[in-house]
Amino acid sequence: MQDKIYDVIVIGAGMAGLTAAIYAVRANKKVLVLEGKTHGGQIITTFHIANYPGLPKVSGVDLMNSVYNQAKELGAEIEYAEVMKVKDEGEFKSVITEDFEDGSDEGKYLARTVIIATGSSERKLGLENEEKMTGRGISYCATCDGGFYKDKPVAVVGGGNTALYDALYLADVASKVYLVHRRNEFRGDAFLVDKLKTKENVEFVLESVPVKLIGEKKIEGLEVENLSHEKRTLTVDGIFVAVGRVPATEIFTKLKKDEGGYIEAGEDCHTNIDGVFVAGDCRTKNLRQLVTASGDGAVAATEAVHYLG
Amino acid sequence: MIEGTSDNFENEVLKAEGLVLVDFNADWCGPCQMMKPVVEAFGEEHKDVKVVSVNIDDEEELSDSYEVSTIPCLVLFKDGKEVAREIGVISPKKLAKMLEK
Repeated sequence: MQDKIYDVIVIGAGMAGLTAAIYAVRANKKVLVLEGKTHGGQIITTFHIANYPGLPKVSGVDLMNSVYNQAKELGAEIEYAEVMKVKDEGEFKSVITEDFEDGSDEGKYLARTVIIATGSSERKLGLENEEKMTGRGISYCATCDGGFYKDKPVAVVGGGNTALYDALYLADVASKVYLVHRRNEFRGDAFLVDKLKTKENVEFVLESVPVKLIGEKKIEGLEVENLSHEKRTLTVDGIFVAVGRVPATEIFTKLKKDEGGYIEAGEDCHTNIDGVFVAGDCRTKNLRQLVTASGDGAVAATEAVHYLG
Repeated sequence: MIEGTSDNFENEVLKAEGLVLVDFNADWCGPCQMMKPVVEAFGEEHKDVKVVSVNIDDEEELSDSYEVSTIPCLVLFKDGKEVAREIGVISPKKLAKMLEK
């Protein structure tokens, strides 16, 4: 059991988590990073990062593999297992992963401090069969999957910049793009809306919400309903969902969060529980970027090191 | 890892006995690049599973016929029949769990 006690356990191996690991190992702490999928986080879907200082045009994958190797070479341990639960037991927090079974030592770790860097994931529409249809017509990334819909009709759902950019991108690929938005006006930038209006194959479906996914084995249409409760079925092969993101914080039930689920903490990354820190996109803040994620990682690790004394 | 093409897919996958894991991917897809070493390590560890990589840009017909519309997409075949499918980045453990299905 002794070998499973860590000074710092970081949950999540994206930019915030790996930066925290780098700072904590360099302060001679014993560090474990737990990651449920692959390292890298959200940025790995970005082909060219244009705003990371000093590395113009670096790809998300190259940057994050480099950060991962850096953390590992410095001595951070990294394990691929999803964290299911964290319990505050005073001096130690126990971290339970998917590998844990009652009565075994497997999948249970003890940490003097925990840094939560779990990031966020795409918000779902909340419709029946949505998960089953993901990869069968439902997509949350237009630039990843748009190419599959060459000359086919698609719908984009959402009203922010992501939805507008997705619709613009898809207008050049798909035969037809329905832009479905629950309001009459867009949250996103006006110049993007103007640009979309010049595209002949883009149709605005406003004041309408998606109510049903049509199709058994793959998406064949999207049923929407407008404010007057009139229904309409859009015949589409693909549905691109761009209705925002949600922080991956459900398992942290004892932590103070805002109404969006983001863990409340100031710039010092302290949560309401001693020895538990939060870094990156899952923290309450105004700007969620790679640089602010790594900034958080450095701050959270330094605060954890201070806490350890 | 074997490069899957429309020419060899029938022999390498559909007519193959036992387990074949097909990794549909593309060069421009970041998550696919992250999965590549995971899939390669899986192949090293499970010598009884043949691993085939299909580039969806070069093999549009193949990815269409398997209704691949999100990548990375991993499809496990047993005796030529699809038995499990995973999309997006997944951990080595989740990949190994595909075998249990």
